Amino acid sequence: MVKKLQLKDLYDGFRDPKTIKAYKKLIDIELENYDKTINIMEVCGGHTHTIMKYGLPQILNKKINFVHGPGCPVCVMPKERVDSAYELSLQKDVILVTLGDMIKVPGSRGSLQDARAKGADVRFVYSPMDCLKIATENKDKKVVFFAIGFETTTPMTCALLEQVIKNDIKNILFHINHITVPEVMRALVDKKDNKIDAFLGPAHVSVISGSKIYEEFPLRYNKPVVVSGFEPVDVIESIYMLVCQFVQNRVELEVEYKRVVSFEGNIKAQELVDKYLIKTSFEFRGVGTILESGYELREEYKKYNAKLVYDEILPKNRAKENKACRCPDILSGVAKPLDCKLFGTVCTPTNPIGSCMVSSEGACSAYYKYGNLLK
Amino acid sequence: MKTVTLAHGNGGQENNELIKEVFYNAFKNEILERNEDAAVIEGGKLALSTDSFTVSPLFFAGADIGKLAICGTCNDLAMMGAKPKYLTCSFIIEEGFEVSQLQSIVNSMKEELAKNDAIIVSGDTKVVPKGSVDKLFINTSGIGEVLYSGISSNNISTNDLILVSRDIGAHGATIYISREGIELSSNLKSDCSSLFPLVKALIDEKIKITALRDATRGGLSAVLNEWVKQSNVCIEIDERSIPVSDEVKGVCEMLGFEATSLANEGTFVLAIAKEDANRTLEILQRFENAKNASIIGKVTQQYPQKVVLNSSFGTKRFLDMPCGELLPRIC
Repeated sequence: MVKKLQLKDLYDGFRDPKTIKAYKKLIDIELENYDKTINIMEVCGGHTHTIMKYGLPQILNKKINFVHGPGCPVCVMPKERVDSAYELSLQKDVILVTLGDMIKVPGSRGSLQDARAKGADVRFVYSPMDCLKIATENKDKKVVFFAIGFETTTPMTCALLEQVIKNDIKNILFHINHITVPEVMRALVDKKDNKIDAFLGPAHVSVISGSKIYEEFPLRYNKPVVVSGFEPVDVIESIYMLVCQFVQNRVELEVEYKRVVSFEGNIKAQELVDKYLIKTSFEFRGVGTILESGYELREEYKKYNAKLVYDEILPKNRAKENKACRCPDILSGVAKPLDCKLFGTVCTPTNPIGSCMVSSEGACSAYYKYGNLLK
Repeated sequence: MKTVTLAHGNGGQENNELIKEVFYNAFKNEILERNEDAAVIEGGKLALSTDSFTVSPLFFAGADIGKLAICGTCNDLAMMGAKPKYLTCSFIIEEGFEVSQLQSIVNSMKEELAKNDAIIVSGDTKVVPKGSVDKLFINTSGIGEVLYSGISSNNISTNDLILVSRDIGAHGATIYISREGIELSSNLKSDCSSLFPLVKALIDEKIKITALRDATRGGLSAVLNEWVKQSNVCIEIDERSIPVSDEVKGVCEMLGFEATSLANEGTFVLAIAKEDANRTLEILQRFENAKNASIIGKVTQQYPQKVVLNSSFGTKRFLDMPCGELLPRIC
């Protein structure tokens, strides 16, 4: 009899203690005669959480140093965009819809959660497609989808727009804040003082874009990349693959997450994104403005663009950041959460100062949640 | 804290903050400050508890708001070693609510009362304009007769072991998927059930009980974190021994939650004298709703006021008090 695939089959083996311990040993053996520290940037916040949740630094060879990266869409969202979402949500005719913990990020006047407590209609959804139902049920309101995320979530926004056009839905608008991974990685390695020796490539992003987007890093920048899954076995296997590259003096792009990631990625999704969106510059919190690192709606779809429709009420000034907050340094791999004076004292998950403490993908949140006191 | 947000009702950190800063400040007294599931009054003879139920949707796999309203209050009494006896109930009903649904909810309450051998002795009904409440809110209060005295979350010591009565998170996962309209074909249903019969069995078999607490909002994490603070101890949990059903694991995987933070309505945590722990396990496992009972950890002084989770591959981390609103991850 053929066994039906269960959800647990997708992760059970990837948390196996024996496998993890075996990889730990292999890494120790490889590094026995290697006398340098290997600074590995996990670009994606999902990896940071796996590393902290499963306590991997506690068992890994001390020659491995993790540098946390800018791969959390909530963390890198500049404050003025949060302020825009806040203003939009307070409009009487608007239902503001977004994904997950975007609603907790503090802007200049508060978070979307605070706006909701003031009476704003703010909703979070699992899938942008849920906006269709909200729009149908609230014909007298404008549903503004505050679209966030890297390559992973961008096609879903485009699929929603396609449905809106196809069904001639008049009350859904888009505030696009989509961003892309390779450009921000490039901005970091271009910095002279960067501490990055190698990258753990984000897995979900690569499912859409393919591993091809990382080709330039070994070729042009001499930085190895291993595209890694999110389970602890995935991460430790990827570390092993990177260690082997260093010990054997190789600099390559490799894929650990082969069960899902191909070189070309999901072409259909890529075409969908190209059809509706155009590349534009985006200001990454902590890293600065990066050319062609974000997306905007194409000119022909401007009637769906909430930024134009609500232009008059959207804040124009650059928002001030708390000077003591080191989120910008943490997001660019220069500092770690424990280097920040606010961490765990002034800045906690119940009273977050910076976005790295807010987001469930943020590095500060991972340190606080899983091991801020375990030394 | 300037305004109350949904996070203040999470059973975790913000919830505790609100209770301490606003309510405890005003209502301060010795009984309230013991911070137990139910107040033990009248020289230890009686236990008193109250709870309000605002669950949405009102009907879900495994139970409805009526069953929940009886289980919630009766279980709070049972957690102090008390037999639930007399309950009151208040209904706040939104105009337009269907009487047939109300009838069905009240019937569930009747059935659950019978399981506890308790009766409703007083009640109140309010009907409010549409939009003032979400369909129906129920409050229940209850008085129970203390059969076993001395149970307290403030007395846990290194002489105790920590047990959980069944697999965790089923209620929270069920509500979450039904509320958000996520269609899953699974057998997942709420654990909502009355716990007094289980507590009674432990008392009858003379088990030395230090503390009991039903792991409602905030889940197992909240209970253990409250205990380590109240008793100034460290609780070390073995991750592998925490029972979690495959369905709950699946929901957590998809949405990025931890089963230890999900709510339960028929699952309790026990601190039991070491020598009685195995016997407790045997007694609990005789019950259908506790067949997955497990010894999950020990009490130490390694990190006082902290809960430590030991993983199967030799790493450890703190299990923190849940905080914020439960939100799904983005990626």
